[in-house]
Amino acid sequence: MTTTVFRPYSESDALRSDRSAGDRLRHRHKVRDAIRKNIADIVAEESIIGQSRDKIIKVPIRGIREYRFIFGENEPGVGTGDGKTEPGQVVGDAAQDGNGIGSAGNRPGVDYYETDITLEELVDIMFEDLELPDLERKKLREIQAESARKRKGFRKVGVRAHLDKKRTAMSRLRRRIATRNVPPVEGHASRFPFHRDDLKYRRLVADLRPQSNAVVLCMMDTSGSMDTMKKYLARSFFFMLYQFVRTRYNNVEVVFIAHDTRAREVSEEEFFTKGESGGTMISSAYHKALEVIQGRYHPSLWNIYAFHCSDGDNWPHDNPATLATARELTTLCNLVGYGEIKPLNSGSYGDSLLELFDELDADNFHALMIENKEDIWPSFRMFLSRERTPETAD
Amino acid sequence: MSATASWNVKDLEYWDARIREKVEEFGLSCFGQEFEVCDHEQMLGYMAYHGMPAHYPHWSFGKSYEKLKTLYDYGVSGLPYEMVINANPALAYLMRDNSLCLQVLTIAHVYGHNDFFRNNFMFRDTRPELALNHFKLRAERVRGYAEDPSIGLQAVEQVLDAAHALSMQCRHHTAIRKLTHHEQQEQAAADPPRDPFERIHKRREHQIPDLNKIPLEPEEDILLFIAEHNEYLEDWQRDLLRIAHEEAQYFIPQMETKIMNEGWASYWHHQIMNSLDLPEALHIEFLVHHNQVIRPHPGGLNPYYLGFKLWHDIQRRYDEPTEAELARNGAPDKSGIDKLFEVRETDRDVSFLRRFLTEEMMREMDLFEYVRKGDKMVVSQVSDEDHWERVKDTLLRNVGMNATPVIRILDADHGHNRNLYLKHEHDGRDLQQEYLEKTLRYLYQLWGRQVLFETLVQDKSVTYTYDSDGIARQAG
Repeated sequence: MTTTVFRPYSESDALRSDRSAGDRLRHRHKVRDAIRKNIADIVAEESIIGQSRDKIIKVPIRGIREYRFIFGENEPGVGTGDGKTEPGQVVGDAAQDGNGIGSAGNRPGVDYYETDITLEELVDIMFEDLELPDLERKKLREIQAESARKRKGFRKVGVRAHLDKKRTAMSRLRRRIATRNVPPVEGHASRFPFHRDDLKYRRLVADLRPQSNAVVLCMMDTSGSMDTMKKYLARSFFFMLYQFVRTRYNNVEVVFIAHDTRAREVSEEEFFTKGESGGTMISSAYHKALEVIQGRYHPSLWNIYAFHCSDGDNWPHDNPATLATARELTTLCNLVGYGEIKPLNSGSYGDSLLELFDELDADNFHALMIENKEDIWPSFRMFLSRERTPETAD
Repeated sequence: MSATASWNVKDLEYWDARIREKVEEFGLSCFGQEFEVCDHEQMLGYMAYHGMPAHYPHWSFGKSYEKLKTLYDYGVSGLPYEMVINANPALAYLMRDNSLCLQVLTIAHVYGHNDFFRNNFMFRDTRPELALNHFKLRAERVRGYAEDPSIGLQAVEQVLDAAHALSMQCRHHTAIRKLTHHEQQEQAAADPPRDPFERIHKRREHQIPDLNKIPLEPEEDILLFIAEHNEYLEDWQRDLLRIAHEEAQYFIPQMETKIMNEGWASYWHHQIMNSLDLPEALHIEFLVHHNQVIRPHPGGLNPYYLGFKLWHDIQRRYDEPTEAELARNGAPDKSGIDKLFEVRETDRDVSFLRRFLTEEMMREMDLFEYVRKGDKMVVSQVSDEDHWERVKDTLLRNVGMNATPVIRILDADHGHNRNLYLKHEHDGRDLQQEYLEKTLRYLYQLWGRQVLFETLVQDKSVTYTYDSDGIARQAG
């Protein structure tokens, strides 16, 4: 045996370029691609609706498993017990398998097929490839607003809180090196204090940015025929609309309007949970929306998105009024949508308003049918694509 | 635990010298040894790249790094105290933040691995003196292809994806020499051996073998076979397949001896540390760490635990056999320690467990068999009198390369159409469907012609075909 060699820890080796950086980056791109491919599944998951933006979501990923020939999951394994193991005893979660010898890295259970991302990130990915036009097209609707103060350079005077300690220390150091050959002042041989000239403060300037406002009007039929499933589908759609509008505007407000034969403005909670009974008059909701717009969201200052979900079971005599008010909405809003929610197998195939809305010939109006949760994402894309058409005319 | 200041390289050298005295006294025979002190980030990096100081890039190592780092950051799993590379001289990493006691323990443990690498028969062909250099050269080749503007990283990774998926599909019995194509032809053409019982049973009709068939014998080395027989591959693609194959060959002996090797290193660090007359504080700290390393993982299998127990049991059976064992096996023919050295040379996990994992030991360790039921793991058999053999069988099937299905290429010109015909040697375990289908796509990608794959699904013969139309599945 020859002698042993010890190579001590070397700071510079540790700082040397990180060789895994490229591989990690490519892996992350793959994760992102996989998420994008599964986005319809993910947004259809109940858990992400109505959550705050830093909520962490578990996203199933199929794209980045490393496939090879392996035995099926039903193959038995062997473990060690505490001496009291009995047949039939539960010894763990199958999902967390990975302790078995030889199975590590071999069984699908070990490969992680879930990743955690924040809702914020998911929303970014969701809208990343939507290739939508910049929706802020009406310059008039932009207000200059001081939304933040940003850093811009340094200066020698300022308040204590803005002192840049690193720069200050560097400046002192520089002075010290420059004065190395000057004999020290009597009595101060060991000290080299800071000088006022060393102090560096961060300079902050107001950041003026155009601020754009948007309001999302969520209207929903809360009549007796709207059951939980239908509300859930509507909710998914509203969620996406809201998240989308948020990525495009600085200041976004939401208005919830619930209606049966009469319309009321309600809180989000009430909107999704409270059920009413009775008939349906859709025009009442549109009237209410117009009223809200006139009262609080003047179209010259606000970008307005209105969306209405219903199962299409309207009181027939209301149809002309519905059409008229819908038309009026299209003149005020960027985008108006109607989603008819008819879950498959729900049994309540009543009337449909889709034909009625065919008569409404406005570029920024879109009526669509949602039958199950897989429809939501494609419908949503279709809905937004409507806004592209008037773009050229503008 | 941050004890950076509590030791320096001088301390390590002092303890290393003392440990090496013991190593020689105990009769271990090691390669030279190099230790590198690293921080935890470097350790994560080494782990992601199988410990290799130089390794070719691939996104899966980035995935591995992220996973290890996540587990580490969330405290799910700590980092290993040691990581040893089968090379000559052997290379091991020591974590800077570990205490002196852990460093000493690690050094002792490393010499156990070092001795095992040098002496176990599985490692004979790994060429340890060239290992690090080989990895470096392969890395340079792969980088060269990735930087070649006519190839590019994306194309390289695509081939590597497929190669990684198939890299474990290689010969299981490496102790038997693989015949060259020419030798196989000669063997096939030779007259059939005389049947000594030809007079008492009907003689099987001798069929004239087709000497042009490819492969003549069913072939398990899938990557090598494709590299050799798919003439439409570019040279760089062929080379990538060979690279993936070579790396797998290097690591398979470690997979095949995991329990023995970890047990052996634990056995020796235990012996060495106990013989060092450590100061009391160090000794107590050592015992704490030692017990952590070799403790059973409830519900799982800790190779350190299993190996450590078995090595001790073998020694006991030769030094102090019980009455029952004497009656059963007769008097031992050698001392316990001689037996240990013999076994460390001639066994791998499968034979090690088959020969030395006794019913008593299984009961002592409370080994049980579990199956998945829904999302839970449920105990199906425990090591009682009637079922211990079954539990043992299950264990043996999950050890080393037994955890990889045996798949053989039967015909590379199926239907005289250059289609590839493979057969899964079904041993009672079905393949995981999704993984099977996705892996067939890789086979198709590398072969470029239709791929046929025969297996059993729930006792019924099924043949999958994969071609430009995608996958199809038919019974029979």
